[in-house]
Amino acid sequence: MAYTIKKATEIADKIFEVWIDAPHVAHNACAGQFVVIRTDESGERIPLTISATDGDLVRIVFMAVGKTTTQLSDLVSGDTIQDIAGPLGQPSEVKRWGRCVVIGGGVGIACLPILARELKAIGNEVIGIIGARNETLLLLEDELSAACDELVICTDDGSKGFHGFPADILKQKLEEKTIDAVWIIGPAIMMKITSIATLPKKVKTFVSLNPIMVDGTGMCGSCRVTIGGETKFACVDGPEFDAHLVDWDGLMQRQRIYPEQERQSLELYHEHKCRCGEKHE
Amino acid sequence: MSISADVVKSMNNRPAEERILDFLEVEQGLSEESAVLEALRCMGCPRPRCKSGCPVNIDIPAFINEIAQNNFRNAARLLKKENMLPAICGRVCPQENQCEGLCILGIKSKPVRIGALERFVADWERENGVETPDVAPSTGKNVAVVGSGPAGITAASELARAGHSVTIFESLHKAGGVMSYGIPEFRLPKEIVNAEIDQVLSLGVDLKLNHIVGRSITSEELLAYDAVFIGTGAGLPYFMGIEGENLNGVYSANEFLTRVNLMHANVFPEYDTPVIQGSSVAVVGGGNVAMDSARVAKRMGAKVYLIYRRREEDLPAREAEAANAIEEGIEFICCANPTKILGGPAVSGIECVRMNMCELDESGRPCPVPVEGEEGKFTLNVDVVIEAIGQGPNPLLASLIPGLKRGKKGNIIVDENGRTSIHHVFAGGDIATGAATVIEAMGTAKKAAQSINEMLK
Ligand SMILES: Cc1cc2nc3c(=O)[nH]c(=O)nc-3n(C[C@H](O)[C@H](O)[C@H](O)COP(=O)(O)OP(=O)(O)OC[C@H]3O[C@@H](n4cnc5c(N)ncnc54)[C@H](O)[C@@H]3O)c2cc1C
Ligand SMILES: Cc1cc2nc3c(=O)[nH]c(=O)nc-3n(C[C@H](O)[C@H](O)[C@H](O)COP(=O)(O)OP(=O)(O)OC[C@H]3O[C@@H](n4cnc5c(N)ncnc54)[C@H](O)[C@@H]3O)c2cc1C
Ligand code: FES
Repeated sequence: MAYTIKKATEIADKIFEVWIDAPHVAHNACAGQFVVIRTDESGERIPLTISATDGDLVRIVFMAVGKTTTQLSDLVSGDTIQDIAGPLGQPSEVKRWGRCVVIGGGVGIACLPILARELKAIGNEVIGIIGARNETLLLLEDELSAACDELVICTDDGSKGFHGFPADILKQKLEEKTIDAVWIIGPAIMMKITSIATLPKKVKTFVSLNPIMVDGTGMCGSCRVTIGGETKFACVDGPEFDAHLVDWDGLMQRQRIYPEQERQSLELYHEHKCRCGEKHE
Repeated sequence: MSISADVVKSMNNRPAEERILDFLEVEQGLSEESAVLEALRCMGCPRPRCKSGCPVNIDIPAFINEIAQNNFRNAARLLKKENMLPAICGRVCPQENQCEGLCILGIKSKPVRIGALERFVADWERENGVETPDVAPSTGKNVAVVGSGPAGITAASELARAGHSVTIFESLHKAGGVMSYGIPEFRLPKEIVNAEIDQVLSLGVDLKLNHIVGRSITSEELLAYDAVFIGTGAGLPYFMGIEGENLNGVYSANEFLTRVNLMHANVFPEYDTPVIQGSSVAVVGGGNVAMDSARVAKRMGAKVYLIYRRREEDLPAREAEAANAIEEGIEFICCANPTKILGGPAVSGIECVRMNMCELDESGRPCPVPVEGEEGKFTLNVDVVIEAIGQGPNPLLASLIPGLKRGKKGNIIVDENGRTSIHHVFAGGDIATGAATVIEAMGTAKKAAQSINEMLK
């Protein structure tokens, strides 16, 4: 069984959007859930968040950082991947909170549209804040301004929108109005720092953790994280957890288990591509 | 040493120094001549005890008699009537506790090697053309099977042969459950697992990989089938809960074995999935899973210690597996328990405490009690730690079906017919019994499938 790519586009610098025909995932997917994909027979199983669905199609958005994501970024419409399993993980806690803030950093922005739409559909007010290093790394702005009541754009270098971090805007919003729930999705370090802002007022804050996974179904424990002193499996108990209970240093340490192998794998892929000639260009 | 070398001698193994260099099968099959000779040893008891030890009721004396007559084709037919996975069972069943353990010849000398004969027949059939069993005319009923381990595969074959339309849902990208991701190639070649599963699929069973029931298929969608069989296994790995457990280089046995067996991390970078190649590895535990982990680590070139808290004679692993591991140079450290994993961020060692054996506990084995003070402590320098201390029932699906009753440990509760608290939902294998064996999973699944066939009449 192979699954067909229906659309593949580079939507920001090295960030790609890919729509895959996978009805079994698309039909029951909710905000906060992810898929595990395997490109081919010798591929690794990697987790990617479900960014949107449309009928039988599932959208993933990813940054080409290593072997598998680079290989994925080379695929074009009509190509296939070997496996896509999902939806996996617990859905986001979507309920009538009142006023919600959803924050995306870097490629984490991709997780927001489905969440914002679900929150808004049941009557929440949704404020979106998205941030990236610079303008070329921003994504899905139009889609998010439609999905949110208000969208604030930030860049670290000031090349677009507010010159600064999403955390600065979040602090400002927390001063101005009551906020009932916050989601922060992005690199671990960004989630760690940004979630400090909601501590003083004890605002319920969710983060989506991204430890290294294998099966994604709770059978290996590779994805174990420490939440409030307890071991949890991010793939089945999460990936969303209460930000204020997360052992961030533990998470970041376990994301760096295989740096040498990751480098070797990517190098080999590039070499192989050179030898075979660019298949798709 | 209490593990007897005799166990190893009675097997047909490749030499240890040769086999630790590869992942090829350790135990070699019987030749036609030796199979016939072995079959001729069977006394054909009128009331065969061996048969009562078989969880799937194979007519053992009958199939052995066919071998003795050189009728391998008939032997295969008799086997497959009761067991669709004979090449697998011939390799991994603990026959010493089942059929062979009851063989009358075993009282005075060695029992008939029933497992080796079963394997011989199955391998013979695979090489000489496989016959697909008959399938009853379609009943028009739809049955869902969740999980493609031995339980799910067995249920599917029973149900399909009865004429039902069967769909297996499997969350991984490959069928087989533990037979594919857990048991290593050198004990159970994946080619054999694939071939036997393909035979079941050829009965018209539809296999849907990458489908997580409870997620891809909601519980309402599942319950809409005329009947459901759940065989989701005991895949939840337990951790010891000691300091240092989240350091880089600490694996559950399930993760380590999955990376190697399912994802082929042993041939990285040919395959993309990595695993840390330890130069020195500590495996914690004393069961079959611990033996498999240790022997895999050994084949990847490591010095391997196996740390077990009780005595060598208490090892829960099959004696043959422990003997194989010792022969392959695994160093057993018994009466010891890890207290702390050292290092940061990578593992650099494991601190252990020696255990004294005291009065018997409720399992009838001596209770291990830590030796107090500095004299009881010791440290091993290792860069990988593999915890093989047990697995619990897979919680994912069972927790998502409202009204499905579960026991304290999370296992699905079934009655003697394999029926759960929901009338048309049945369960079998490790999810119902707790971690057991391939053949017990098959036995309970067969029973449940027969109940489903009865219900759908
Ligand atoms: C629940 C979840 C959702 C995710 N969603 C997205 C997403 O929507 N978009 C996106 O770009 N990324 C997402 N990630 C991260 C993504 O899985 C990794 O970037 C990807 O696995 C990298 O694979 P690679 O071969 O390209 O890179 P590699 O070179 O193998 O690794 C690069 C980095 O990715 C991480 N990584 C590697 N292998 C895995 C693995 N099997 N599982 C998890 N992380 C791994 C490591 O920390 C590593 O440092 C998510 C991760 C998780 C756990
Ligand atoms: C390393 C190891 C070595 C072993 N060695 C032996 C041996 O030598 N001899 C022996 O007899 N026994 C052995 N066992 C035990 C034996 O493998 C198990 O008892 C047996 O596999 C149980 O079968 P099962 O079908 O119940 O479950 P499993 O084999 O665990 O299969 C369950 C399947 O269900 C799938 N699944 C789970 N949840 C879902 C869901 N929600 N949706 C879809 N699919 C799902 C899983 O992915 C899995 O493929 C060993 C076990 C291990 C771990
Ligand atoms: S990824 Fe294996 S348990 Fe979570």
